[in-house]
Amino acid sequence: MSLTDKDKAAVKALWTKISKGADAIGADALGRMLIVYPQTKTYFSHWPDLKASSAPVTKHGKKIMAGVAQAVAKIDDLTSGLLDLSELHAFQLRVDPANFKILAHCLQVVIATMYPNEFTPEAHVALDKFLSNLALALSEKYR
Amino acid sequence: MVEWTDFERATIQEIFSKIDSGVVGPAALSRCLIVYPWTQRYFGSFGNLYNAAAITSNPKVAAHGKVVIGGLEKAVKNMDDIKTTYKDLSVLHSDKLRVDPDNFNLLADCLTIVVASQMGQAFTPDVQAAFQKFLAVVVASLRKQYH
Repeated sequence: MSLTDKDKAAVKALWTKISKGADAIGADALGRMLIVYPQTKTYFSHWPDLKASSAPVTKHGKKIMAGVAQAVAKIDDLTSGLLDLSELHAFQLRVDPANFKILAHCLQVVIATMYPNEFTPEAHVALDKFLSNLALALSEKYR
Repeated sequence: MVEWTDFERATIQEIFSKIDSGVVGPAALSRCLIVYPWTQRYFGSFGNLYNAAAITSNPKVAAHGKVVIGGLEKAVKNMDDIKTTYKDLSVLHSDKLRVDPDNFNLLADCLTIVVASQMGQAFTPDVQAAFQKFLAVVVASLRKQYH
């Protein structure tokens, strides 16, 4: 399910509308994931506070969205564009790739709550494809 | 037997009392057919599903969306034994409709997105957790009679 030109245009158009709120989206999505999918907390045992509004969650949500922004910029070749991030996730973080889908879902839920008019079904399908391809690029170096 | 906390019970009742089934049902089903186009395989008799605009304005899709929400409302009224409540529905989806049960999760995700966009900030993480738990129980009950 690779990205068509139409998908790329839709993702870029949606990103233009939501990028100013990226930090808030990242923090909300991450905090939400830790609550709705408690098994994901296992990756953050080194944080003292896992509440949605805590400093580590807010900071890390920002970092995640910077990664998403990098992916939007490299949308024509996600595999090479996200090589450094793939190596990080594969060799250091070793996050089970099943969790990429979970975070993608939470990102979409947050975007739906914050931008209901922009997150049309057409925007949704393009973003869902984009996040799936992003996850695939992130898992590239795993084995 | 599924254990529901007071918060979960109250949250589910409140969501379904507040949402407009005539809006949420059609929106969730049409979103599912657009975002996961392979689900269209079950709706061959619904006519024009060629693009997003056609799906969104298709009256059969809208009508069926309402049927789906009606089914969910039945589960809300019988939260303590959804499995038994859904026995016939499960047989129907397995034997007559022959729906791949993995599709239930796709529709559930679209329902979550639609309810989230309706509720905005009120769709907190705890509310999302309760709603997704409810949908997980519904999906498991719908899968139960597959053989």
